[in-house]
Amino acid sequence: MTQSHLELTGVDIEFPTPKGPFQALDNINLKVDEGEFISLIGHSGCGKSTVLNILAGLHQATRGGVLLDGREVDQPGPERAVVFQNHSLLPWLTVYQNVELAVKKVFKGRMSRAEMRDWIHHNLALVQMDHALHKRPDEISGGMKQRVGIARALAMQPKVLLMDEPFGALDALTRAHLQDSLMEIQADLGNTVIMITHDVDEAVLLSDRIVMMTNGPAATVGEILTIDLPRPRNRLALADDPTYNHYRHEVLTFLYEKQKKVEEIGSSSPAAAKGTTKDKAKERVA
Amino acid sequence: MNTNLSLKTPRAIAPFVNLARGESPRAQLDVLFRTVGLPVIGLMVFLMLWSGVAGKIDTSLGQFPGPAQVWNQAEALYVEHVAEREKAEAFYERQDDRIAERLANDPGYEPRIHDYTGKATFFDQVITSLITVLSGFLIASIIAIPLGIITGLSRNLYAAFNPLVQIFKPVSPLAWLPLVTIVVSAVYVTDDPMFDKSFLTSMITVVLCSLWPTMINTTVGVNTVSRDLLNVSQVLRLGWLTHVVKIVLPSSIPMIFTGLRLSLGIAWMVLIAAEMLAQSPGLGKFVWDEFQNGSSDSLARIMVAVLVIGLIGFLLDRGMLALQRAMSWDKTAIMR
Repeated sequence: MTQSHLELTGVDIEFPTPKGPFQALDNINLKVDEGEFISLIGHSGCGKSTVLNILAGLHQATRGGVLLDGREVDQPGPERAVVFQNHSLLPWLTVYQNVELAVKKVFKGRMSRAEMRDWIHHNLALVQMDHALHKRPDEISGGMKQRVGIARALAMQPKVLLMDEPFGALDALTRAHLQDSLMEIQADLGNTVIMITHDVDEAVLLSDRIVMMTNGPAATVGEILTIDLPRPRNRLALADDPTYNHYRHEVLTFLYEKQKKVEEIGSSSPAAAKGTTKDKAKERVA
Repeated sequence: MNTNLSLKTPRAIAPFVNLARGESPRAQLDVLFRTVGLPVIGLMVFLMLWSGVAGKIDTSLGQFPGPAQVWNQAEALYVEHVAEREKAEAFYERQDDRIAERLANDPGYEPRIHDYTGKATFFDQVITSLITVLSGFLIASIIAIPLGIITGLSRNLYAAFNPLVQIFKPVSPLAWLPLVTIVVSAVYVTDDPMFDKSFLTSMITVVLCSLWPTMINTTVGVNTVSRDLLNVSQVLRLGWLTHVVKIVLPSSIPMIFTGLRLSLGIAWMVLIAAEMLAQSPGLGKFVWDEFQNGSSDSLARIMVAVLVIGLIGFLLDRGMLALQRAMSWDKTAIMR
């Protein structure tokens, strides 16, 4: 039996609430190969972020577990670097220092001071941010912050790059730029990437496979769509490509027909329930 | 650090400079009116009300002093101070002369040097109070900030400490004072004391009362570090110390300073009361002595002390603000 690079097996997660345990995820199974680009897509509140947090080790699965290269994931660590939705740069450090913090921690004792400096420069150059090394996060735009967040994650040389709606807060043009950058970087470095998104175009354009999740509570993997488009992909050329549009259509069908979301009003709505579980989860982590 | 440092005109004179440059005189005059005119008008109205009301209050020590009498007493206090300094200088000069004379006649003589024991002037009392409040505040901060960080980081420690903090926080300094006085006299027994007992008593009282705001605000600050930054710290597996230094401290700096400013304000108020009650040297004692003295100038002199206490309190707060500006990474935060 060959072992997968990254494997989720029978992952369930329950959050305790005053009304008893709330099951957010039910029996998630997924195998990811090295160098694969996976997107997780689903309606908001379906537990995509929870899956990512379990992969990152920020949450622990109630049942089942995650294996990365045969080792169980039970705590956060730099080999599973996370790019957070709102960049999460330390506002009191410069761009350079933000990346430096990660590099110093991960490569302490393995790199000389000069090597570290080169490595930081290299990663910031990779995301085209080497012109703003000594700017603080509040002095650069949202897209630039997210680039730095990606550089920080890449600089850890992670086995898996986890991205939580990395471009969700950006305007459409900036988002397209960053998607192109990400595709180039991934083609160069061959990272394994797991990205949460709710942008159908983004998912189809970037991914090797799209994991579509059912609605919560007790969300699970609904369908997995393999995107068989040649790389490098060009967003303009693909716009009229029938295969591309077919994939797009598949995802849209899943989201808007099979998993049509009915927004309930009142305290029992999935969104409200998710809110409480998220708070619970925060407490647990704290 | 900051590469785009530009030469900026100080805010107070900016309108004058702009006016001289001929930049829209109307707007500059508006700014001038708001920054200089209105405060001056406020002050004038206050002085007029003061002198008007003062003239109507007759006390056992004569009429309540108006601005003019208070100003006279402020000058008198300064003159007294200068005179006292001259007396002290003369005293030391005489002492030196005497010793030199004695040594010339008897080379084996071991001179005994006496300190001048004149009355402490108003300015001496101000200095004493400032030293006491700053030492007390410094010690309180050195205790309160680390304690606040620890209780902010650990929920168990918070649960253990919080009831104590809540109970001791509202205690008046005057309730602590007798205990502190007795304990200091009992415990601090040396032949060659480095500090006066009265200094220690006032200072410890200040410490006991100014611990709490800093501690509570630091705890709150540490508690409100953003979830995202904590996640970053976890993903990087930062060690405890790096976590505190790189993530927790910088994010709680604004709250820590809020606490420090509250603490310093309380420390200053507490000190004056403690000095009054304990008869420790300082501004509080000056006020009490004048009250007991009961001369026709006393009320005006107390009024001078009141204004000076207020002014110093204000300057201490501004000092903390300047320190916060210097230390905080967030220069854009509005600080009042």
